[in-house]
Amino acid sequence: MRLRRTTGTDPLVEDLCRVLPAERVRAAPLERSIMGRDSSIFEGGQAGPVCFPISTEEVQGCVDAARRHGRAVVPRGAGTGLAGGAVPLDEPVVVVTTKMNRLVSLDADQRVAWVQPGMINLDLSRAVAAHGLHFAPDPSSQQVCSLGGNVGTNAGGPHCLAHGVTSAHVLAVEVVLMSGESVVLGDADGFAPGLDLRGAYVGSEGMMGITTAVAVRLTPNPPAVQTILLAFDTVDAAAQTVSAVIADGIVPAAIEMMDRNIIWAVENFVGAGFPTDAAAVVIVEVDGLPGGVEAEADRVGELAIERGGRVRRAADDQERALLWKGRKSAFGAIAQIKPNYYLHDTVVPRTRLAEVMNRVYEIVDEHDLQVMNVFHAGDGNLHPLLLYDRREPGIMARVHAAGSAIIEASLAAGGVLSGEHGIGIEKRDFMQLMFSEADLDAQSRLRRAFDPDEMANPGKVLPTGASCADVNALEKVPEGVWG
Amino acid sequence: MASREAGEELESFAAEVGSGGPVAVVGGRTRWEVGGACQEETRLVRAPAGVRGFDPADMTIRVGAGTPVTELDAVLAEAGQRVNLPLLPGATVGGLLAVGRDDVHALGRGRLRDALLEAVYVADDGRLVTAGGPTVKNVSGFDLCRLLVGSLGTLGLVGEVILRTWPRPLGQQWLVGPCDPVELRRRLFSPSSILWDGHTVWVHLEGHESDVEAEAELARSLGCSPADGPPPLPAHRVPTGELKADGFPGSYLVQVGTGSAYVSEPFPLPEPDPAVVALHQRLKAQFDPGGRLNPGRDPLAAS
Repeated sequence: MRLRRTTGTDPLVEDLCRVLPAERVRAAPLERSIMGRDSSIFEGGQAGPVCFPISTEEVQGCVDAARRHGRAVVPRGAGTGLAGGAVPLDEPVVVVTTKMNRLVSLDADQRVAWVQPGMINLDLSRAVAAHGLHFAPDPSSQQVCSLGGNVGTNAGGPHCLAHGVTSAHVLAVEVVLMSGESVVLGDADGFAPGLDLRGAYVGSEGMMGITTAVAVRLTPNPPAVQTILLAFDTVDAAAQTVSAVIADGIVPAAIEMMDRNIIWAVENFVGAGFPTDAAAVVIVEVDGLPGGVEAEADRVGELAIERGGRVRRAADDQERALLWKGRKSAFGAIAQIKPNYYLHDTVVPRTRLAEVMNRVYEIVDEHDLQVMNVFHAGDGNLHPLLLYDRREPGIMARVHAAGSAIIEASLAAGGVLSGEHGIGIEKRDFMQLMFSEADLDAQSRLRRAFDPDEMANPGKVLPTGASCADVNALEKVPEGVWG
Repeated sequence: MASREAGEELESFAAEVGSGGPVAVVGGRTRWEVGGACQEETRLVRAPAGVRGFDPADMTIRVGAGTPVTELDAVLAEAGQRVNLPLLPGATVGGLLAVGRDDVHALGRGRLRDALLEAVYVADDGRLVTAGGPTVKNVSGFDLCRLLVGSLGTLGLVGEVILRTWPRPLGQQWLVGPCDPVELRRRLFSPSSILWDGHTVWVHLEGHESDVEAEAELARSLGCSPADGPPPLPAHRVPTGELKADGFPGSYLVQVGTGSAYVSEPFPLPEPDPAVVALHQRLKAQFDPGGRLNPGRDPLAAS
């Protein structure tokens, strides 16, 4: 099917209003303009009618209407994505699932919950807390991001080091395909014969269908937790300690690193007690049963001291919460320094961390920019934040050039394009740096098996040329979408 | 531009698979009948074997798919690590991934499908394809690795993989007793396995020695006593839900918390959702339109 753009939205809007009450179909310029963006830097996306379904049947109705009118469909959760995955191109029907936000069922003994896709990540953990359970993936945006979006991006977070990213915590997904059919991929009990369609779907960035329900695996809260703050005089020593902890056979629940500039900004912002004279701090959290937790916390401290580190163990839950508040406030703290930032997301082998970080510092110097690093060091997931003021003429070209160089340096070190934000628009044209033509062809085939007409979220992930419909969509991308 | 170059062995493997005629990759034949018999006159090839790269501090290992899993385990043991694959004597890494059946420890160690970080496979047209990436965390593009695990070699023939490794625990213990499996699961923090035959429970604990001892003490207070290991698994794997629904002949063993049970006598399972069947057909049509890869095997028929 060729995706075409129709002029005027009335017939489509009329059709959608037969599926949904008119107040849940928004087609005014302002509302479409709001949905033209997500939390990435990309501007100028063009939304068609915006739908707010509250049931699987309504989602199916939206898809059917879009298909009849030859429009693409863009699924959207809370819009917190950082790679432009939810930025609509060429006036697609935008299907927003935020009103489908209920906990459908909970089996605390089996540690399984069915949730609707609009449920907020942290709300799920709160809802099951009384049962001593939580949902392990905890993106920094967990207070506002939705579980449907987490499925779309295969989201991570600080505590995914030991427990795995979203895919490892999703047992089944109910999906509306672009044929309008609803299908359950996987099985909430855990036994699904055949291919792992669930696994193929998680992380597909809205390009295979629309998530209408998710069966998640819940994790028991650990009986013991130790949070340790390590401070170092050099970034090298911090990175080497991270490698040493992993090499020692310890897989902490989280290992987060912050460098000098962000330590200062955070300390000034929330007063978490981070040492502002340190070149880098590392927050290590070990959890589980008390014996292992004590032994591992002691060993982490020894490894840090051997590398010149200073060690502070949180004495109680209050101090632990304060350290995490410092870590999770990092992005807000940046506003003290520059009004804008571009958050990157690449992964490198853990043994190459120090080397790649040093290269990141060189790159930002070469482009006369400022950088802060606050990232998931334990799994090698770098998050350089390039700071800028968009009012400064020519600054965006430097920001993008530095970003490209960081991506290339990560790949050259044996790394990958993205650890948790996804590809979206942002890294679509970098895919050829990591994947061969045959690799990309295989990914395109996977997508077409789910969505033969390439109607779901066209123009993302796969680079231009990987599919015809996407090329058609992209020809019409307005100036400015690329930042 | 491909940033990752395949080695000579993989190139030879791809050449051997070629682009015409029915072909299947054979491992240790330990689960050769799962999902149906390989069609006669199918040419059999073997994937490269051996450890290609291992840095314990990265906790990943690159290995030829034809490597026996016990050989891989011996290399990892020297570094105090392991992979989350069943240590089935004679089985190859590629074979275990192609079948995708979890170990009895899936409850605590996680699912086998999450062990695979990167796979290099030969596609139906003879080209080498890399799925996934070498790091422990990666969302670059669609997750072909999850699709390959359990695909019985019907979408591509895997030649080399990168697996995530884990520390070997310092302590471990099996216990057995006439306990309530639900109660046991509720009370123990993170048992790696709970098996139940309707009367008796086998539970496996692993971790720091003092934690294993404390958890074992708790299990003993619930009626368990030390055991040498798990009982033999009955031959056929079925969903636990079907076990609940019907009476059936023979014995069973439920793998608590994983949705799987093992039964001595097979019984017919419900037909899968037609939409799921259609997705399987479309995937096969996309990845192997000529039906040359491992003909006769059907992932939906695997149990």
